[in-house]
Amino acid sequence: MQDNNTFDAADNPAPVSRVLGDDIIIIDNLYKQFGTVKAVNGFSLNVRQGEVVVIVGPSGSGKSTVLRCINHLEVPTGGAIYVDGTHLEDKKTDINAVRAEVGMVFQQFNLFGHLSVLDNITLAQRLIRKRKKEEAERIAMEQLNRVGIPEKANAFPRQLSGGQQQRVAIARSLAMNPKIMLFDEPTSALDPEMIKEVLDVMLDLARGGMTMVVVTHEMGFARSAADRVVFMDQGSIVEMASPRTLFNDPKHERTKLFLSKIISH
Amino acid sequence: MTGEVQTDFSIGKDPNGRFNARNFPWWLVAIIGFLALMSLLILTNPDYNKAFNFIKGEFGGISGFQAGGLAGFIGTGIAVTIYTTLVAFGVALIIGLLAGLGRVNSNVVIRNVAITYIEFIRGVPTLVLIFTVAFVIVPSVADTLGISGQSISTNTRGIIALAVIYGAFLAEVFRAGIESVPPGQTEAARSLGLNGRQAMRHVVLPQAIRNVLPALGNDFIAMLKDSSLISVLAVRDITQMARLYAGSTFRFRESYLVLTFLYLSMTIALSLFLRWYEKRLRQNAR
Repeated sequence: MQDNNTFDAADNPAPVSRVLGDDIIIIDNLYKQFGTVKAVNGFSLNVRQGEVVVIVGPSGSGKSTVLRCINHLEVPTGGAIYVDGTHLEDKKTDINAVRAEVGMVFQQFNLFGHLSVLDNITLAQRLIRKRKKEEAERIAMEQLNRVGIPEKANAFPRQLSGGQQQRVAIARSLAMNPKIMLFDEPTSALDPEMIKEVLDVMLDLARGGMTMVVVTHEMGFARSAADRVVFMDQGSIVEMASPRTLFNDPKHERTKLFLSKIISH
Repeated sequence: MTGEVQTDFSIGKDPNGRFNARNFPWWLVAIIGFLALMSLLILTNPDYNKAFNFIKGEFGGISGFQAGGLAGFIGTGIAVTIYTTLVAFGVALIIGLLAGLGRVNSNVVIRNVAITYIEFIRGVPTLVLIFTVAFVIVPSVADTLGISGQSISTNTRGIIALAVIYGAFLAEVFRAGIESVPPGQTEAARSLGLNGRQAMRHVVLPQAIRNVLPALGNDFIAMLKDSSLISVLAVRDITQMARLYAGSTFRFRESYLVLTFLYLSMTIALSLFLRWYEKRLRQNAR
C-alpha cells in the first residue's frame, strides 16, 4: 500500500524489537462526556513500558480526549486510569506528581511566550524537580542538543519556526525525565517541510525505549515507530493491531474506509 | 535599540520617509500650541503668574497649613495631586490584582466576593463613592479596628476611596489580561507538574500583565484626572487650590485655565509616553 505522507516509511527500517516491560498505563473502560456529547465511550487500553502506541482515527473520534485523560487534563466521567500503578481518579492521588512523570506535547506547541527557550525548559525542572539553576540549564542544553537546536537556547519562542518550537516543546518535556510521553497531534499545526524534523526526533525517542502514546495522522510514523496501532471511531476502539497488520490487512469495514480516505491519491 | 528612537522622528512621515500631511499629528500641534501659549502667559502675565504659583502649591514643610496628616507633610497643589495619584494607583494595582484573581478563581465564595465588590463599585458614581468611602466606610472600619476616625486625614481618605474605586476597574483589566492568555499555556504548565497556583504565577500572570500594560497606563491617566474629585473632601490638590484661588480673587479665567494647563501637560506627556511604549511593544511582538 502506498501513501503520500511527508514522512516516508521507506526511509526508516521496521521498528527494532524493543524489550517491553509491565503495563505502565492501564485504561479501564474509560468514558468522557462533554455536556451531551459522548467523546469517549468505553475505551480500554493497556500500554506496556517501552511500548509505542499510535492512536489514529477520524476527527472527533475521541483520540485526543483519551490522551488528555491519561494526565487528567480532562477528568473522565467514568472508568479508571492507572499510570505507573497510581489510580488517577483516587481523591488521594497527587495529580501534579503524576504529571511530572508524564510528558505531553501539544498540537499548538504551547511554549511559554514570555520565557526564552532555555527558561522554558528549566522552569518546571527548578520548580518541581528542585534542580539548581546550573543543573537545570545543563540538562536543558543536553535536551536541546538531542532535538538538534542548541543554538536557539537564548531565542524566544516567537523567533522560532513551528518545527523548532515543537522540538523545544519535546525537549521541555524530556528535561523532566518522564516515564511516559504523550503526543497530541504534534505535527498537525506544522508546515509540511517541518514535519520530518519533528518526527525524526520522535522516532529517535521511540528507538531509545521511551513509552509513547501518540495521536497522529502521520501513517508513515505509525508504520516505522509503532508497536501497536489503535484505530478509534466514535469514542471507542474499532481495531487494534501491529502497524503492518492494521495498514495492510484491516479487518473492520470502518478501518478500511478510514484508511482508504487518508491513504488514497 | 536605535530603531525605536527613529520611530519617534518618523511621526507624520510616510513609509518612504517623506512628509505626509494626512498622517501628520496636527492635533498634537494644536495641544502643544495651547500649552505653549499658557506657558507664555504664566511667564509674562502677572495675573496668570500669581494664579499659577498659588495653584501649583508647595512641596512639604507646611504642616501647619492644614490640620495634620500626610497632606501637610507633602505640601499642597501639584505635590498632593501627584502623591495621591501614585499612592492610590499603587494600592489599586494590588487590590485590582487580588480581585481580578478572585474573579477567575474556581472557588464559588471567592469568585462571588470579587464579583460583588467589582459590580458594587461599578454601579455607583465615582463622586458618590468618594463621599461614601471617606465619610462612612473609612470611619466605621477605623472604629472597628479601634483607631480614631478623626486621626485619618482627608487626603488619606481620598486616597483610600480612589484606590477602592480603581481597584474594581483594574480587577476587570487584570481579568481580561488573564483570559487573554491562551488556555494551552496553563495546560502546558500543568502537564509539566506545576500546580494551579504555580502555573498562574510563573506562566499566566507574567503574560497577562504584559498584555494589559497599555490598559493600565490608560487607567493611570484616568486616575490622575479623577484625583481632582478628592477636592470635594477639601484636600488641597491642584483643583482645590484653583477653587480656593478663584473664590478669593474672583480670577476664574486665570484659575481654571492654569488648572486645565496643569492637567493637560501631565496627561499629554503620559499619553505620548504610552503611545511610544505601545508601539515598542508591538514591534517587539513581531
